[in-house]
Amino acid sequence: MTALELRDVSKVYGAGQAEVHALCDINLYVEPGAMVAVMGPSGSGKSTLLTIAGSLEDPTSGEVLVGGAALSGMSRNDKARLRRRSIGYVFQDFNLLPGLTAAENVALPLELDGTAARKAGAAGMQALDELGLADRASQFPDQLSGGERQRVAIARAVVGERHLLLADEPSGALDSVNGEAVMRLLHAACKRGVAAVVVTHDAQMASWADRVVFLRDGRVADQTAAPLGPESLLAPGPSASGPGR
Amino acid sequence: MSVRHALLALLSEGPKYGLQLREEFEARTGEVWPLNVGQVYTTLQRLERDGLVESDDAGEDGPQKGFRITADGEQELAEWLRTPPDLASPPRDELVIKVLVALRVPGTDVHDVIQVHRRYLVELMQQWTRIKEEEAEHDLSLALVVDAELFRLDSVIRWLDAADGRLKRAAAEPPVRDPSMLPRLRRKVGVRP
Repeated sequence: MTALELRDVSKVYGAGQAEVHALCDINLYVEPGAMVAVMGPSGSGKSTLLTIAGSLEDPTSGEVLVGGAALSGMSRNDKARLRRRSIGYVFQDFNLLPGLTAAENVALPLELDGTAARKAGAAGMQALDELGLADRASQFPDQLSGGERQRVAIARAVVGERHLLLADEPSGALDSVNGEAVMRLLHAACKRGVAAVVVTHDAQMASWADRVVFLRDGRVADQTAAPLGPESLLAPGPSASGPGR
Repeated sequence: MSVRHALLALLSEGPKYGLQLREEFEARTGEVWPLNVGQVYTTLQRLERDGLVESDDAGEDGPQKGFRITADGEQELAEWLRTPPDLASPPRDELVIKVLVALRVPGTDVHDVIQVHRRYLVELMQQWTRIKEEEAEHDLSLALVVDAELFRLDSVIRWLDAADGRLKRAAAEPPVRDPSMLPRLRRKVGVRP
C-alpha cells in the first residue's frame, strides 16, 4: 500500500479566458518510509500539489489516496480527521501558535483529535525530546530561534501516529546549518517509516530525498533515478570526485 | 588541489615519514582525494630541490625516509594560505558552452538540455548528501569537503534555473542588443579573447 498516491490529478483555477491549469495529469506514488522532493520554478504547481495531497483542496479531476483511502469518497469530517491523525504539515514560516508554549503547540493536534490532555502532553514531550528540544518545552515561539521553531513544528508534524509528512519549503527561512538539521530530522522520520513529500526550490534540501520529481508548468517533467550508494563517489581512482561536468 | 602545499602543511606539525604523509593527506581530505605513493615522493623530491623541506641525510629513499619543513617552507606555506585562487576570469565552463550551443542547434529544445543536466547534478548531490548523512557527521574534514562539493553543484543548478527562467522570458520578450557595448563589457569581465 502506498502512503500517498496521486492518479491523473489535474487542477484548473478560473474559467474561460482566465482558466489556469495549475496541475496537469500528475501521477505520484510515495511508499511508506520514502522521502520525495518536488522541485520546480515558481508557478510550476508545487504548492498546489501539496495542498491537494493534504486534502486541503480538491483536484478538478483525478484521484488522491492517502494510506490507500480515496479522498473523493470522504466527507468533510472524514478528511478533517485524516488530516489530524495521519498527516503532518511543515511550513516555511513554522505556523506555531504564539500564545502556546512549544509543548502545547506539539500536543495540540492530539488534543484536537480527542486525546486526553495529560496523554497528549506526554506524547508532545516525547516528540520534543526526540528532537533535542526537551529543555525548550515551556518556551513560547517568540523565545525560540528560527531553527528551534522549525524543530518544534516538525515535532508537531510527527507527534502521534502520522504516516505522511507534507513540507512546503521547510528550510526556506533558515540558514544552511539549520536547514540541514531540519532535513536530517525529516529524513530520520522517514527512516522510521513515515512518508514525506517536501516541496522546495533548493537543490541542497532536495538532495536529502530518495527521489526528486521536477515539475514544469503543472506537469511532471522529469525525475531522478534511484540514488547510487555513497561508495560510487568515494571509490579510489580518477573519478573519485565525481564525473566532471 | 595543491599536493605540494598540503604536504608542507602536514610537515609544519613536525617531521614525518613519506608513507605517513600519504596516509595523513588522505585522512585529512576525508579520503575524497586519493593520492598514490609516486605522487608523494615526486612532490617531496621537488620540495627538497627547492629548499622547502629537508630529508634525513642517512636515510635511503623509501617509506622510512623522514622529512621536515624548512624556514623557507614555512614562509611559502603562509603565503599560499593567504593567496586567493584564480577566480577572477570566468573559466571555459563546458556546461555553459553546451547551453549556449543548444540555443543554435536546430530542433534542440534548450529547456530539455537544461533539465538533463539539472537532473544529473541533483543525482550527484543526492549521493554527496548520503555521504554527509552516513559518514560526515563523525568526520569534520569529510563534512567540509562534502559541503564544498554540494555548494559547488548547487551553484551550477542555480545557474541552470536562472538560465531556464531567462530563456523563457527572452522567448516572450526578445532582448534588444546593442553591439557597440560588447567589446568594452567583455574587457571588463575579463573574457578571454
